[in-house]
Amino acid sequence: MAGNFLADKGKAILLGNEAIARGALESGIGFASTYPGTPSSEIGDTFAAVAKDAGIYFEYSVNEKVALEAAAGAGMSGVRSMVSFKQFGLNVASDSFFPAVYAGTKAGFVIVVADDPNCWSSGQSEQDGRYYSRMGHIPMLEPSNPQECKEFTKLAFSLSEKFKMPVLIRLTTRVSHTKGIVRFEKIVKGKTKGKFDKNAYRFRNFPPYLMDVHKELHENLEKLKAISEKTELNLILNRGGKSEIGIITFGASFNYVMDSLDILNLKLPVLKLGMTYPLPEKKIKDFIKDLKTVFVVEELEALIEEKVRELAKDANPQIKINGKDLLPVVGELNVEKVLTALMKITGEKNKIDLKKHLNLFKKLKIPVRKPMLCPGCPHRATFYAAKVAAGHDTVFGGDVGCYILGVFPPLDTQDFVFSMGASEGIVHGIMKVTDQKAIAFLGDSTFFHAGLPGLVNIVYNKSNPLVILLDNRITAMTGHQPNPGMGKTGMGDETKPISIEDAAKGLGVRNVKVINPYNIREMIENIKEFLNKPEASVIVARAECRLLTIRKARKEGRKLPVFEIDPKKCKNCETCLIQLGCPAITRGKGVCRIEKDLCNGCSVCFQICPNQAIHVVK
Amino acid sequence: MPEPGYTCGEMMKDFNLVVVGIGGQGVLTLANIVAEAAMKEGMDMKTSELHGLSQRGGPIPCHVRFGKKIYSSLVMAGQADLVISLEPLEALRAAYYGSKEKRTVFVFDTWRIIPSSILTQKETYPSIKEIKSSLKKFSSRAVALDASDLVKKNTESVVSTNVYLLGYCVGKKFFRLKKSSIVEGIKKVIPEKYFEMNKKIFELGFGRR
Repeated sequence: MAGNFLADKGKAILLGNEAIARGALESGIGFASTYPGTPSSEIGDTFAAVAKDAGIYFEYSVNEKVALEAAAGAGMSGVRSMVSFKQFGLNVASDSFFPAVYAGTKAGFVIVVADDPNCWSSGQSEQDGRYYSRMGHIPMLEPSNPQECKEFTKLAFSLSEKFKMPVLIRLTTRVSHTKGIVRFEKIVKGKTKGKFDKNAYRFRNFPPYLMDVHKELHENLEKLKAISEKTELNLILNRGGKSEIGIITFGASFNYVMDSLDILNLKLPVLKLGMTYPLPEKKIKDFIKDLKTVFVVEELEALIEEKVRELAKDANPQIKINGKDLLPVVGELNVEKVLTALMKITGEKNKIDLKKHLNLFKKLKIPVRKPMLCPGCPHRATFYAAKVAAGHDTVFGGDVGCYILGVFPPLDTQDFVFSMGASEGIVHGIMKVTDQKAIAFLGDSTFFHAGLPGLVNIVYNKSNPLVILLDNRITAMTGHQPNPGMGKTGMGDETKPISIEDAAKGLGVRNVKVINPYNIREMIENIKEFLNKPEASVIVARAECRLLTIRKARKEGRKLPVFEIDPKKCKNCETCLIQLGCPAITRGKGVCRIEKDLCNGCSVCFQICPNQAIHVVK
Repeated sequence: MPEPGYTCGEMMKDFNLVVVGIGGQGVLTLANIVAEAAMKEGMDMKTSELHGLSQRGGPIPCHVRFGKKIYSSLVMAGQADLVISLEPLEALRAAYYGSKEKRTVFVFDTWRIIPSSILTQKETYPSIKEIKSSLKKFSSRAVALDASDLVKKNTESVVSTNVYLLGYCVGKKFFRLKKSSIVEGIKKVIPEKYFEMNKKIFELGFGRR
């Protein structure tokens, strides 16, 4: 993060996500909450870094539903608040999202959701978060770059306060994770203390009052539409030319449109939408009424295109509408895709022969490189032990965290992956209808997030899986945020850590053991024993994320042990190489080899080598 | 309210840099240094990063674009001016961004990090010679450097290889950025206590023939 992040003027290079936090600070925010999830994580991480200096409250909540509820509570008490999460976070929070809209807010309350087209860091679905604004009757703003992230956040706060309702900002990976120059304005010191006024009619979501609010939300939408017509967020660029072709776009796609027009040296009118719900219907009608063709450029579903088709029936029935006929519904867009479509529509030629280039590129033989667990990762040790201990028929329930990388060979320990905490619910169902044994793997943060109800269900409704809690003492995948097992809050204050093993015991699990997963033999023996129990068991596989261990050692000037293979003893059985899939172990000349610059010294290969050929470098 | 100055710019005159490598190699740091240097010289800039899942041992492509007015943070196929790679195989994967027409320059470190597909599925890792010859079709020049070996000799660690490669590219004038701006960038991005060491490595790269 930029060193001058809290300055009242000047500029800095910020990530889209950092600019969102900056916009909130310029809007007088007093309360921020989140549960980390790529591509949204740096919003919360930025608040974590500056909350104390900026004099606001910030927390990593236990999950997104609680995060949203906490931010709503702050807003209802008159303190401006923001909650941020990734697209699946809004799914988790949705149970309270809709009532939050119905209840409304007293102070500005902004909800930021980051979608991940192309699933760069999302293992559940490629969902389009824009539907939530439609379902919730809630305005949605979609910035295209970091400067807009800041500006739109400020507008979201003022809209929220004006309409006494939450406002949604939707980002996508290429907006969240694009850095650009952001110009600062004054930071506004917001209230951090408010008062909850008891109000018989507000906040109490209960029939028949709910129907009155539902009606009110629809009336609000009409007023918001009027704003959408007038706001400079919905602006027309390159106006005035006599072009017969126009483009409607927003978000990251807008950038691809502008680059494509540059490459083709074209100046077509572009309707850039910043407020994408409710849409400026009149503005769209005016924009398309004299055109012969309109090209709607949007990622994922054809939401805007469908609306344009509907509006065209009235405004310009003859118009040709291009959109998803030329662009994919799946995956993210880029300049290549938009440019190719635009060339088809305009008949323009481009001096870059993309097709030829792609054919040339496809001819290259490039071995794939999949993401994988880091060298020395404790999850690898756990997975190895589980595979050795459990029979081939044992079901391996997967979950969401770094350990999702167990989907790849040679680990193969994620037979299914759904959502946070789902490993437990699903293995329970499988065990009820099969005779197979099952292990549910989930991490410490995931266990607190959504794993507790799953474990309650296993115990109470009597199934007997082994739940292995991969406790690496951090929320690793999203960038090392603290979780309730650690004893540190998001603002860096001490708090009482919540013991995972005590929680499991408290829920009635009788077989609970805490094991260091680097002790391979102990892990194997205990997994074998627990898999044969008639009731549920829990192993807390506790070892710190290796990246943290390395960083600590580096800071303290300590060196971790590094292992090497004795070429005289190695019989090239490839046990270490094939069973572990550790990035540090490679093929040497007729023997296996450890890349010393990559080895993080976990000792697992040393323990499993059948020829005792591995030892510590002296 | 939206970002000021939306115009049809001069994209073809923008500078397009792609930095590639594997999570943890310092790809983002390198890109951030260049971004700061570009801002220092009064240019508009955008970078594109990937975080999270893909960062764990996967290929990390990071794009930096700078010029008068930059829209997309992504470099288009065949449009990179310069590709810096911290790993040979990733240089080959980045061939996508290079072309003869654009006279793309590739600079890559020769230290190999073997992907699991090669270990478990018996694919072969191409030789440096093969990679250089493949890149010929996508560039005007491809330079392979034993950067991490040299850096390791000097610092006992490969951490600063990114800065060495950067120094080399600046020394060879592959950038349209001043040396002093890049050094300013290093100062801004690298923690103070590692600055002198990195500056030294940068100079080593800068002076390399």
